[in-house]
Amino acid sequence: MSKFEFPPSIKSRPVYGTLEARPGKGHLMIADAEGAEAILGIATPDLMAKTHIIYIPRGAGFTDQLRALNPAQFYEGPTYAASVQRIRRVLQDAHMGLQVYLTGTEGLMGQAQNEAMQAGIPHTAIQTEHRGSVARRMQCVHCKGITEDVETDPFQCSHCGLNLFVRDHYSRRLAAYQGVCIDAEDPGNVPAPKGIYE
Amino acid sequence: MTIQFNDETFRDDYSFHNSDWAIKRFPFPFHEDSYMYAVNMEQHRGGPAGSVYEKRFDVDEHYVAEMRDRAMVLADDPLRCQSLPHMTLAGWDLLELIMVSKSEDYPDLFELYRDGDQWRWVNKPLGIDDRFTFLDDTTLPYGPMEYITRQTQGDFCVLDQREGNLWMDAGMVTTQADWSLDFDIGMNFFEWHAPVPLAHEKGIFVRALKFLLNIQQGAPARRLNWTMTVNPLLDTSPENYHKWGIQKTTLTPENLGAKQHLRVELQTFFRLPRSNGLVFPIRCYLCSFQDLMTMPKWGRRLHRVVRDLPEELATYKGFIDNRPMMLDYLSQFDDGQPTSAGVWPDFEAEPPLAK
Repeated sequence: MSKFEFPPSIKSRPVYGTLEARPGKGHLMIADAEGAEAILGIATPDLMAKTHIIYIPRGAGFTDQLRALNPAQFYEGPTYAASVQRIRRVLQDAHMGLQVYLTGTEGLMGQAQNEAMQAGIPHTAIQTEHRGSVARRMQCVHCKGITEDVETDPFQCSHCGLNLFVRDHYSRRLAAYQGVCIDAEDPGNVPAPKGIYE
Repeated sequence: MTIQFNDETFRDDYSFHNSDWAIKRFPFPFHEDSYMYAVNMEQHRGGPAGSVYEKRFDVDEHYVAEMRDRAMVLADDPLRCQSLPHMTLAGWDLLELIMVSKSEDYPDLFELYRDGDQWRWVNKPLGIDDRFTFLDDTTLPYGPMEYITRQTQGDFCVLDQREGNLWMDAGMVTTQADWSLDFDIGMNFFEWHAPVPLAHEKGIFVRALKFLLNIQQGAPARRLNWTMTVNPLLDTSPENYHKWGIQKTTLTPENLGAKQHLRVELQTFFRLPRSNGLVFPIRCYLCSFQDLMTMPKWGRRLHRVVRDLPEELATYKGFIDNRPMMLDYLSQFDDGQPTSAGVWPDFEAEPPLAK
């Protein structure tokens, strides 16, 4: 499957790479949906024998293929929120040199990266590869509520109801982009939503 | 001189006002008739007597009212003041820097008595007389950074220095030009400046960072920045933009001179001794267009700067929609005569408006 090329942007916006197998005795791979394809792309029996895969399918049908790789540990979670306690537990036990691979949607990679950073792994040491939906995890700068999987600009905050425009300014700590009221200077004048990259 | 503190507001009825003294010392930011980004750093080692550059932390007639406004902002939104766990020592560094500076620079207003780690701090304008143990957080009513910046005009970014970069890891930010500490905390120098147009391409931030990383103890630096604000509103935060943004549409040709304010930031940079952090105070000064126009040189120059500013900058600074109306107003104060070099008003030397 072809990968989406994000247009060039500002310096706070994350840039994603392409996963590659790195040497190490422990490997943690966290993926959602089409992120499974990136794991399938680098999997070898040797690597999988030392790998813990945490996968959130979100309706994509890759679970059997991943399981067939025979990873040392495999977990399928129904949602990211349901999986995060397990991710924390795994990171807490991590030894020096653990290789972390994150792939799938920006929201998944951002949140999992945040957990790894809090466990003491520098964000620059974590591999990422974007796959699947280009939807964004957005924070409303006004009410601070986070809306997951935002596909359009503008969008309505799922917490306070304000109409927000989608900025490229991104916070690693929040794992979110910033949403700012679009009609503050002209209340009610909200353009029709369109896809973020349209 | 003894400062007469104004009883004034920066919200609702906007009773903020500048005295003749405050207008004369306003840090007009344009040293020539045009503007483009520049690093424009200079040493912060005093300046002309009475100017805003003279003291390390300038105290003016707005002090008490600004501190009252800050307390209101924090009561509404405590996230405007945050400090990541590793920044507490830098907070003590900052407390010491401000207390020592203010008690030396304004002995009639502030007093500091130190006996080992037993300190007594007297802030006469705010009616504070506190004793505490230096470096013991439990002896202050707030964390050290919050305690002292509730008593000091200007926003404060406390930056950690590591990996050849500066990290926005603590701050007190209630008078900001539309950026969010809560969103930006934890970012590095390039990331928190990411939304600024043009300046990255010009290499401004690479040069600025190189300069800032090398600031030494006892050798602070300063620069000016500016934007525009309708009404003397200190808290132009993104958090509250959905409430204050509408005020930009209330300008009319009749009220523009009183309502439209030039907003100038005096940014200073001090190395902190124990933490090796850097503190970056951003002090906001507001002046209405009609008060600025009392200085003929500033009237001529402001018109030319606003007229010739690139569109991206007028958009970023948030006044592109109001620029035509601003120019109609300002052109009345530009008779085409040349202006003298430098930022000072040169009131005695410049010719009066010939129009």
